[in-house]
Amino acid sequence: MRLISRSLLVAAAMTLPLAATVQGQSDSPYQSHLKARQGFMSIVSFNIATLGGMARGNIAYDAEAAQTAADNIAAIAGVDTSPFWPEGSDNGALGDRTRALPVIWENPEGFGEAWTGFRTAATGMAEVAGGGLAALRGGIGPLGNSCGNCHEDFRQSID
Amino acid sequence: MRFLRILLALAVIGAGIGWWLSAPRVIEAADLPAHDPDAGHGEQVFHAAGCASCHAAQDATGAARLILSGGRAFASDFGTFYAPNISTDAEHGIGDWSEADFLTAIRHGVSPEGQHYYPAFPYTTYARAGIADLRDLWAYMQTLPADATPSRAHDVGFPFSIRRALGGWKLLFAGDDWVLRGADLSPQVLRGRYLVEALGHCGECHTPRNALGGLDQSNWLAGAPNPTGDGRIPAITPDQLGWSASDIANYLNDGFTPEFDSAGGEMVEVIANTSQLPSADREAIAAYLRALPGG
Repeated sequence: MRLISRSLLVAAAMTLPLAATVQGQSDSPYQSHLKARQGFMSIVSFNIATLGGMARGNIAYDAEAAQTAADNIAAIAGVDTSPFWPEGSDNGALGDRTRALPVIWENPEGFGEAWTGFRTAATGMAEVAGGGLAALRGGIGPLGNSCGNCHEDFRQSID
Repeated sequence: MRFLRILLALAVIGAGIGWWLSAPRVIEAADLPAHDPDAGHGEQVFHAAGCASCHAAQDATGAARLILSGGRAFASDFGTFYAPNISTDAEHGIGDWSEADFLTAIRHGVSPEGQHYYPAFPYTTYARAGIADLRDLWAYMQTLPADATPSRAHDVGFPFSIRRALGGWKLLFAGDDWVLRGADLSPQVLRGRYLVEALGHCGECHTPRNALGGLDQSNWLAGAPNPTGDGRIPAITPDQLGWSASDIANYLNDGFTPEFDSAGGEMVEVIANTSQLPSADREAIAAYLRALPGG
Protein backbone atom coordinates (compact mmCIF):
# COMPACT_ATOMS: atom_id res chain seq x y z
CA MET A 1 0.00 0.00 0.00
CA ARG A 2 2.72 2.36 1.00
CA LEU A 3 4.74 1.23 -1.99
CA ILE A 4 1.86 2.00 -4.31
CA SER A 5 1.23 5.46 -2.93
CA ARG A 6 4.93 6.24 -3.09
CA SER A 7 5.00 5.11 -6.71
CA LEU A 8 2.03 7.25 -7.43
CA LEU A 9 3.70 10.20 -5.79
CA VAL A 10 6.84 9.65 -7.83
CA ALA A 11 4.82 9.24 -10.99
CA ALA A 12 2.91 12.40 -10.21
CA ALA A 13 6.13 14.25 -9.50
CA MET A 14 7.54 13.10 -12.81
CA THR A 15 4.58 14.51 -14.67
CA LEU A 16 4.97 17.88 -12.96
CA PRO A 17 7.45 19.33 -15.45
CA LEU A 18 5.11 18.25 -18.22
CA ALA A 19 2.16 19.92 -16.51
CA ALA A 20 4.23 23.03 -15.98
CA THR A 21 5.08 23.05 -19.66
CA VAL A 22 1.42 22.95 -20.62
CA GLN A 23 0.63 25.68 -18.12
CA GLY A 24 3.55 27.73 -19.38
CA GLN A 25 2.36 27.05 -22.93
CA SER A 26 5.85 26.91 -24.33
CA ASP A 27 4.94 24.07 -26.69
CA SER A 28 1.65 25.48 -27.94
CA PRO A 29 1.39 29.14 -26.98
CA TYR A 30 -1.98 30.52 -25.97
CA GLN A 31 -3.54 27.06 -25.98
CA SER A 32 -5.83 27.89 -23.03
CA HIS A 33 -6.84 31.20 -24.61
CA LEU A 34 -7.77 29.50 -27.87
CA LYS A 35 -9.77 26.88 -25.99
CA ALA A 36 -11.60 29.59 -24.06
CA ARG A 37 -12.47 31.48 -27.26
CA GLN A 38 -13.52 28.39 -29.14
CA GLY A 39 -15.49 27.09 -26.16
CA PHE A 40 -17.25 30.43 -25.96
CA MET A 41 -18.21 30.22 -29.63
CA SER A 42 -19.39 26.61 -29.19
CA ILE A 43 -21.75 27.64 -26.41
CA VAL A 44 -23.17 30.45 -28.54
CA SER A 45 -23.54 28.14 -31.54
CA PHE A 46 -25.20 25.41 -29.45
CA ASN A 47 -27.91 27.81 -28.33
CA ILE A 48 -28.31 29.46 -31.73
CA ALA A 49 -28.96 25.99 -33.14
CA THR A 50 -32.09 25.87 -30.96
CA LEU A 51 -33.30 29.33 -31.98
CA GLY A 52 -32.28 29.01 -35.63
CA GLY A 53 -33.78 25.53 -35.88
CA MET A 54 -37.12 26.91 -34.65
CA ALA A 55 -36.93 29.97 -36.92
CA ARG A 56 -36.24 27.72 -39.92
CA GLY A 57 -39.12 25.44 -38.98
CA ASN A 58 -36.82 22.44 -38.56
CA ILE A 59 -37.87 21.99 -34.94
CA ALA A 60 -41.18 22.86 -33.34
CA TYR A 61 -41.36 26.19 -31.53
CA ASP A 62 -41.20 25.77 -27.76
CA ALA A 63 -41.36 29.03 -25.78
CA GLU A 64 -39.52 27.69 -22.76
CA ALA A 65 -36.66 26.12 -24.73
CA ALA A 66 -36.37 29.25 -26.89
CA GLN A 67 -36.21 31.49 -23.82
CA THR A 68 -33.56 29.30 -22.20
CA ALA A 69 -31.40 29.36 -25.32
CA ALA A 70 -31.78 33.12 -25.71
CA ASP A 71 -31.02 33.73 -22.03
CA ASN A 72 -27.91 31.58 -22.32
CA ILE A 73 -26.67 33.60 -25.28
CA ALA A 74 -27.43 36.90 -23.55
CA ALA A 75 -25.62 35.72 -20.42
CA ILE A 76 -22.49 34.60 -22.23
CA ALA A 77 -22.56 37.72 -24.42
CA GLY A 78 -22.19 39.68 -21.16
CA VAL A 79 -18.93 37.94 -20.28
CA ASP A 80 -15.85 40.16 -20.48
CA THR A 81 -13.77 38.10 -22.91
CA SER A 82 -10.90 40.56 -23.16
CA PRO A 83 -8.50 38.24 -21.26
CA PHE A 84 -9.10 35.62 -23.98
CA TRP A 85 -7.52 37.83 -26.65
CA PRO A 86 -3.86 38.54 -25.83
CA GLU A 87 -1.90 40.29 -28.55
CA GLY A 88 0.00 37.76 -30.65
CA SER A 89 -2.71 35.10 -30.53
CA ASP A 90 -3.74 35.66 -34.17
CA ASN A 91 -3.58 33.24 -37.08
CA GLY A 92 -0.56 35.05 -38.50
CA ALA A 93 1.42 34.01 -35.44
CA LEU A 94 -0.30 30.73 -34.61
CA GLY A 95 -1.29 29.40 -38.03
CA ASP A 96 -4.18 26.99 -38.39
CA ARG A 97 -4.83 26.74 -34.67
CA THR A 98 -6.95 29.87 -34.77
CA ARG A 99 -8.93 31.87 -37.34
CA ALA A 100 -8.55 35.11 -35.39
CA LEU A 101 -7.15 37.67 -37.85
CA PRO A 102 -4.41 40.15 -36.86
CA VAL A 103 -6.82 42.99 -37.68
CA ILE A 104 -8.48 42.32 -34.29
CA TRP A 105 -5.46 43.95 -32.66
CA GLU A 106 -4.93 46.51 -35.41
CA ASN A 107 -8.51 47.76 -35.13
CA PRO A 108 -9.55 47.20 -31.51
CA GLU A 109 -12.28 49.85 -31.76
CA GLY A 110 -13.90 48.04 -34.67
CA PHE A 111 -13.60 44.72 -32.88
CA GLY A 112 -15.16 46.24 -29.76
CA GLU A 113 -18.02 47.70 -31.78
CA ALA A 114 -18.71 44.34 -33.40
CA TRP A 115 -18.72 42.75 -29.96
CA THR A 116 -21.13 45.39 -28.64
CA GLY A 117 -23.38 44.67 -31.62
CA PHE A 118 -23.49 41.02 -30.60
CA ARG A 119 -24.44 41.98 -27.01
CA THR A 120 -27.21 44.24 -28.23
CA ALA A 121 -28.64 41.60 -30.56
CA ALA A 122 -28.38 38.91 -27.87
CA THR A 123 -30.24 41.10 -25.39
CA GLY A 124 -32.87 41.85 -28.03
CA MET A 125 -33.36 38.15 -28.71
CA ALA A 126 -33.73 37.38 -25.00
CA GLU A 127 -36.56 39.93 -24.84
CA VAL A 128 -38.57 38.27 -27.63
CA ALA A 129 -37.61 34.58 -27.89
CA GLY A 130 -40.32 33.35 -25.52
CA GLY A 131 -43.01 35.52 -27.09
CA GLY A 132 -43.95 33.34 -30.03
CA LEU A 133 -42.43 32.10 -33.26
CA ALA A 134 -42.96 35.35 -35.17
CA ALA A 135 -41.15 37.33 -32.47
CA LEU A 136 -38.30 34.82 -32.45
CA ARG A 137 -38.00 35.09 -36.23
CA GLY A 138 -37.78 38.86 -35.85
CA GLY A 139 -34.84 38.50 -33.49
CA ILE A 140 -32.84 35.90 -35.42
CA GLY A 141 -31.98 38.26 -38.28
CA PRO A 142 -30.23 40.89 -36.13
CA LEU A 143 -28.53 38.15 -34.10
CA GLY A 144 -27.21 36.44 -37.22
CA ASN A 145 -26.11 39.80 -38.63
CA SER A 146 -24.13 40.52 -35.48
CA CYS A 147 -22.28 37.19 -35.88
CA GLY A 148 -21.60 37.95 -39.53
CA ASN A 149 -20.54 41.56 -38.95
CA CYS A 150 -17.69 40.38 -36.76
CA HIS A 151 -16.78 37.29 -38.78
CA GLU A 152 -16.73 39.34 -41.99
CA ASP A 153 -13.70 41.36 -40.98
CA PHE A 154 -12.11 39.62 -38.03
CA ARG A 155 -12.25 35.88 -38.76
CA GLN A 156 -10.33 34.04 -41.45
CA SER A 157 -12.62 32.44 -44.04
CA ILE A 158 -12.05 28.77 -44.67
CA ASP A 159 -13.32 26.15 -47.06
CA MET B 1 12.88 42.08 -100.09
CA ARG B 2 9.64 41.21 -101.70
CA PHE B 3 9.10 38.61 -98.96
CA LEU B 4 9.64 41.29 -96.32
CA ARG B 5 7.15 43.56 -97.99
CA ILE B 6 4.53 40.80 -97.95
CA LEU B 7 5.29 40.09 -94.32
CA LEU B 8 4.89 43.76 -93.47
CA ALA B 9 1.60 43.89 -95.36
CA LEU B 10 0.35 40.83 -93.48
CA ALA B 11 1.39 42.37 -90.16
CA VAL B 12 -0.49 45.56 -90.96
CA ILE B 13 -3.57 43.56 -91.95
CA GLY B 14 -3.27 41.43 -88.81
CA ALA B 15 -3.01 44.49 -86.61
CA GLY B 16 -6.00 46.00 -88.39
CA ILE B 17 -8.08 42.87 -87.81
CA GLY B 18 -6.95 42.79 -84.17
CA TRP B 19 -7.93 46.44 -83.75
CA TRP B 20 -11.29 45.78 -85.36
CA LEU B 21 -11.89 42.62 -83.26
CA SER B 22 -10.98 44.41 -80.04
CA ALA B 23 -13.39 47.26 -80.76
CA PRO B 24 -15.92 47.88 -77.98
CA ARG B 25 -19.52 46.75 -78.58
CA VAL B 26 -22.27 49.26 -77.94
CA ILE B 27 -26.03 49.14 -77.36
CA GLU B 28 -27.82 52.05 -79.08
CA ALA B 29 -30.97 53.65 -77.69
CA ALA B 30 -32.58 53.22 -81.12
CA ASP B 31 -32.17 49.43 -80.84
CA LEU B 32 -34.24 49.21 -77.66
CA PRO B 33 -37.93 48.30 -77.84
CA ALA B 34 -40.56 50.23 -75.91
CA HIS B 35 -40.44 49.36 -72.22
CA ASP B 36 -42.51 50.39 -69.22
CA PRO B 37 -39.90 50.44 -66.46
CA ASP B 38 -40.73 48.83 -63.11
CA ALA B 39 -38.41 50.25 -60.45
CA GLY B 40 -39.87 47.91 -57.82
CA HIS B 41 -38.82 44.91 -59.84
CA GLY B 42 -35.51 46.68 -60.49
CA GLU B 43 -34.90 46.69 -56.74
CA GLN B 44 -35.11 42.88 -56.75
CA VAL B 45 -32.65 42.79 -59.65
CA PHE B 46 -30.38 45.15 -57.69
CA HIS B 47 -30.26 42.74 -54.74
CA ALA B 48 -29.96 39.64 -56.92
CA ALA B 49 -27.08 41.19 -58.86
CA GLY B 50 -25.28 42.21 -55.65
CA CYS B 51 -24.53 45.77 -56.83
CA ALA B 52 -24.17 47.17 -53.30
CA SER B 53 -21.61 44.54 -52.28
CA CYS B 54 -19.00 46.29 -54.41
CA HIS B 55 -20.31 49.80 -55.01
CA ALA B 56 -21.47 50.77 -51.50
CA ALA B 57 -18.80 52.10 -49.15
CA GLN B 58 -16.76 49.58 -47.16
CA ASP B 59 -18.69 48.21 -44.17
CA ALA B 60 -21.87 50.09 -45.13
CA THR B 61 -24.96 48.46 -43.65
CA GLY B 62 -28.69 49.07 -43.87
CA ALA B 63 -29.78 52.11 -45.87
CA ALA B 64 -26.12 53.15 -46.36
CA ARG B 65 -25.79 50.19 -48.75
CA LEU B 66 -27.92 52.18 -51.20
CA ILE B 67 -25.33 54.97 -51.42
CA LEU B 68 -23.24 53.69 -54.31
CA SER B 69 -20.20 55.88 -53.68
CA GLY B 70 -17.68 53.16 -54.53
CA GLY B 71 -14.15 53.00 -53.17
CA ARG B 72 -13.81 49.38 -52.11
CA ALA B 73 -10.48 47.81 -53.11
CA PHE B 74 -10.24 44.46 -54.91
CA ALA B 75 -6.82 42.86 -54.98
CA SER B 76 -5.99 40.59 -57.92
CA ASP B 77 -3.01 39.08 -59.71
CA PHE B 78 -3.16 41.99 -62.15
CA GLY B 79 -3.30 44.89 -59.71
CA THR B 80 -5.78 46.48 -57.32
CA PHE B 81 -9.14 47.59 -58.65
CA TYR B 82 -11.31 50.20 -56.94
CA ALA B 83 -15.08 50.09 -57.32
CA PRO B 84 -16.21 53.36 -58.94
CA ASN B 85 -18.96 55.69 -57.82
CA ILE B 86 -22.16 54.61 -59.64
CA SER B 87 -24.51 56.84 -57.69
CA THR B 88 -26.79 59.32 -59.45
CA ASP B 89 -24.26 62.14 -59.00
CA ALA B 90 -23.81 63.69 -62.47
CA GLU B 91 -20.15 64.56 -61.99
CA HIS B 92 -18.68 61.71 -59.93
CA GLY B 93 -21.31 59.03 -60.43
CA ILE B 94 -23.29 57.95 -63.48
CA GLY B 95 -26.05 60.53 -63.20
CA ASP B 96 -25.26 61.87 -66.66
CA TRP B 97 -25.51 58.48 -68.37
CA SER B 98 -28.27 57.42 -70.72
CA GLU B 99 -30.08 54.11 -70.31
CA ALA B 100 -28.23 52.81 -73.39
CA ASP B 101 -24.89 53.83 -71.79
CA PHE B 102 -25.84 51.79 -68.73
CA LEU B 103 -26.90 48.73 -70.74
CA THR B 104 -23.70 48.90 -72.78
CA ALA B 105 -21.61 49.08 -69.61
CA ILE B 106 -23.32 46.24 -67.83
CA ARG B 107 -23.77 43.83 -70.76
CA HIS B 108 -20.61 44.54 -72.77
CA GLY B 109 -18.25 46.11 -70.22
CA VAL B 110 -17.82 49.29 -72.27
CA SER B 111 -17.88 52.84 -70.90
CA PRO B 112 -19.81 55.74 -72.51
CA GLU B 113 -16.40 56.94 -73.77
CA GLY B 114 -15.97 53.63 -75.61
CA GLN B 115 -13.34 52.22 -73.25
CA HIS B 116 -13.26 48.58 -72.12
CA TYR B 117 -13.85 48.02 -68.41
CA TYR B 118 -11.70 45.60 -66.48
CA PRO B 119 -13.56 42.37 -65.74
CA ALA B 120 -13.38 43.00 -62.00
CA PHE B 121 -16.77 44.45 -62.99
CA PRO B 122 -18.56 41.13 -63.64
CA TYR B 123 -20.03 42.06 -67.03
CA THR B 124 -19.15 38.61 -68.36
CA THR B 125 -21.82 37.39 -65.92
CA TYR B 126 -24.27 40.23 -66.57
CA ALA B 127 -24.03 39.56 -70.33
CA ARG B 128 -26.53 36.74 -69.67
CA ALA B 129 -29.01 39.03 -67.90
CA GLY B 130 -32.29 39.96 -69.56
CA ILE B 131 -32.45 43.44 -71.08
CA ALA B 132 -35.87 44.09 -69.50
CA ASP B 133 -34.47 43.23 -66.03
CA LEU B 134 -31.52 45.58 -66.59
CA ARG B 135 -33.82 48.37 -67.75
CA ASP B 136 -35.85 47.95 -64.54
CA LEU B 137 -32.59 48.00 -62.60
CA TRP B 138 -31.66 51.26 -64.31
CA ALA B 139 -35.05 52.70 -63.34
CA TYR B 140 -34.51 51.67 -59.72
CA MET B 141 -31.01 53.12 -59.60
CA GLN B 142 -32.45 56.50 -60.64
CA THR B 143 -34.25 56.52 -57.27
CA LEU B 144 -31.02 56.11 -55.24
CA PRO B 145 -29.15 59.06 -53.68
CA ALA B 146 -26.34 61.00 -55.35
CA ASP B 147 -22.93 60.99 -53.70
CA ALA B 148 -20.04 63.26 -54.67
CA THR B 149 -17.15 60.95 -53.71
CA PRO B 150 -14.68 60.89 -56.65
CA SER B 151 -13.92 57.47 -58.12
CA ARG B 152 -10.40 56.24 -57.49
CA ALA B 153 -8.18 55.18 -60.40
CA HIS B 154 -7.27 51.48 -60.56
CA ASP B 155 -3.75 50.54 -59.59
CA VAL B 156 -2.86 48.31 -62.55
CA GLY B 157 0.61 48.08 -64.11
CA PHE B 158 1.77 47.55 -67.69
CA PRO B 159 0.77 45.60 -69.80
CA PHE B 160 -2.62 45.21 -68.12
CA SER B 161 -2.99 48.97 -68.22
CA ILE B 162 -3.60 48.77 -72.01
CA ARG B 163 -7.37 48.77 -72.02
CA ARG B 164 -7.71 48.02 -75.71
CA ALA B 165 -6.15 44.60 -75.03
CA LEU B 166 -9.26 43.79 -72.97
CA GLY B 167 -11.10 43.56 -76.28
CA GLY B 168 -9.02 40.47 -77.03
CA TRP B 169 -9.64 39.17 -73.53
CA LYS B 170 -13.38 39.51 -74.11
CA LEU B 171 -13.10 37.54 -77.37
CA LEU B 172 -11.49 34.72 -75.40
CA PHE B 173 -13.58 34.72 -72.25
CA ALA B 174 -16.81 36.69 -72.66
CA GLY B 175 -19.94 35.07 -74.00
CA ASP B 176 -23.56 34.66 -73.02
CA ASP B 177 -23.74 30.84 -73.18
CA TRP B 178 -25.05 29.16 -70.06
CA VAL B 179 -22.65 26.96 -68.11
CA LEU B 180 -25.24 24.44 -66.87
CA ARG B 181 -27.08 23.18 -69.92
CA GLY B 182 -29.59 20.41 -70.46
CA ALA B 183 -33.00 19.83 -71.95
CA ASP B 184 -34.41 18.45 -68.70
CA LEU B 185 -33.75 21.41 -66.38
CA SER B 186 -36.84 22.26 -64.30
CA PRO B 187 -38.29 25.80 -64.28
CA GLN B 188 -36.95 26.19 -60.73
CA VAL B 189 -33.43 25.17 -61.78
CA LEU B 190 -33.65 27.51 -64.78
CA ARG B 191 -34.60 30.38 -62.47
CA GLY B 192 -31.70 29.41 -60.20
CA ARG B 193 -29.37 29.31 -63.18
CA TYR B 194 -30.43 32.82 -64.12
CA LEU B 195 -29.86 34.05 -60.56
CA VAL B 196 -26.45 32.36 -60.25
CA GLU B 197 -25.04 32.67 -63.77
CA ALA B 198 -26.57 35.97 -64.95
CA LEU B 199 -27.09 38.12 -61.84
CA GLY B 200 -25.53 36.71 -58.67
CA HIS B 201 -22.07 36.20 -60.22
CA CYS B 202 -21.23 33.42 -57.72
CA GLY B 203 -18.75 32.01 -60.24
CA GLU B 204 -16.60 35.14 -60.11
CA CYS B 205 -15.24 34.01 -56.75
CA HIS B 206 -16.15 30.32 -56.48
CA THR B 207 -14.73 29.29 -59.89
CA PRO B 208 -10.95 29.18 -60.43
CA ARG B 209 -9.36 31.38 -63.10
CA ASN B 210 -6.74 30.62 -65.72
CA ALA B 211 -3.45 32.52 -66.12
CA LEU B 212 -5.21 35.30 -68.04
CA GLY B 213 -7.96 35.70 -65.46
CA GLY B 214 -10.67 33.91 -67.45
CA LEU B 215 -13.03 31.64 -65.53
CA ASP B 216 -12.22 27.93 -65.86
CA GLN B 217 -15.70 26.67 -66.66
CA SER B 218 -14.58 23.02 -66.49
CA ASN B 219 -14.22 23.63 -62.74
CA TRP B 220 -17.44 25.62 -62.38
CA LEU B 221 -18.07 26.63 -58.75
CA ALA B 222 -15.44 24.09 -57.64
CA GLY B 223 -13.62 26.51 -55.34
CA ALA B 224 -10.69 28.84 -55.98
CA PRO B 225 -7.81 30.63 -54.28
CA ASN B 226 -8.89 33.77 -52.44
CA PRO B 227 -7.52 36.75 -54.40
CA THR B 228 -7.60 38.94 -51.29
CA GLY B 229 -5.04 36.85 -49.45
CA ASP B 230 -4.52 33.38 -48.08
CA GLY B 231 -7.28 30.87 -47.65
CA ARG B 232 -9.59 29.51 -50.32
CA ILE B 233 -13.05 30.31 -51.61
CA PRO B 234 -14.90 27.04 -50.98
CA ALA B 235 -16.37 24.71 -53.56
CA ILE B 236 -20.18 24.86 -53.68
CA THR B 237 -20.73 21.85 -55.94
CA PRO B 238 -23.06 19.23 -54.39
CA ASP B 239 -20.32 16.66 -53.74
CA GLN B 240 -18.01 19.19 -52.08
CA LEU B 241 -20.56 21.24 -50.13
CA GLY B 242 -22.76 18.37 -49.01
CA TRP B 243 -25.66 20.62 -47.97
CA SER B 244 -29.32 19.92 -48.75
CA ALA B 245 -31.33 22.38 -50.83
CA SER B 246 -33.04 23.69 -47.69
CA ASP B 247 -29.65 24.06 -45.94
CA ILE B 248 -28.51 26.29 -48.82
CA ALA B 249 -31.73 28.32 -49.03
CA ASN B 250 -31.72 28.88 -45.26
CA TYR B 251 -28.04 29.89 -45.27
CA LEU B 252 -28.76 32.51 -47.94
CA ASN B 253 -31.53 33.85 -45.71
CA ASP B 254 -30.24 33.75 -42.11
CA GLY B 255 -26.50 33.33 -42.68
CA PHE B 256 -26.12 30.17 -40.63
CA THR B 257 -24.45 26.97 -41.82
CA PRO B 258 -26.21 23.66 -41.08
CA GLU B 259 -24.10 23.49 -37.90
CA PHE B 260 -25.17 27.04 -36.95
CA ASP B 261 -21.78 28.53 -37.46
CA SER B 262 -22.18 31.94 -39.08
CA ALA B 263 -21.18 33.12 -42.52
CA GLY B 264 -17.97 35.12 -42.59
CA GLY B 265 -15.76 37.01 -44.99
CA GLU B 266 -17.28 38.21 -48.26
CA MET B 267 -20.30 35.92 -47.86
CA VAL B 268 -21.66 38.28 -45.22
CA GLU B 269 -22.13 40.86 -47.98
CA VAL B 270 -23.68 38.27 -50.26
CA ILE B 271 -26.22 37.26 -47.61
CA ALA B 272 -27.09 40.92 -47.05
CA ASN B 273 -28.32 40.73 -50.67
CA THR B 274 -29.82 37.24 -50.85
CA SER B 275 -31.73 37.73 -47.59
CA GLN B 276 -33.73 40.43 -49.39
CA LEU B 277 -34.83 38.17 -52.24
CA PRO B 278 -38.15 36.31 -52.26
CA SER B 279 -37.75 32.89 -50.62
CA ALA B 280 -38.64 31.25 -53.95
CA ASP B 281 -35.48 32.78 -55.44
CA ARG B 282 -33.28 31.45 -52.63
CA GLU B 283 -34.86 28.04 -53.14
CA ALA B 284 -34.18 28.32 -56.88
CA ILE B 285 -30.49 29.08 -56.25
CA ALA B 286 -30.35 26.04 -53.97
CA ALA B 287 -32.06 23.85 -56.59
CA TYR B 288 -29.55 25.02 -59.21
CA LEU B 289 -26.56 24.26 -56.98
CA ARG B 290 -27.97 20.81 -56.22
CA ALA B 291 -28.44 20.22 -59.97
CA LEU B 292 -24.74 20.78 -60.75
CA PRO B 293 -22.63 17.76 -61.66
CA GLY B 294 -21.61 15.78 -58.57
CA GLY B 295 -25.09 15.85 -57.03
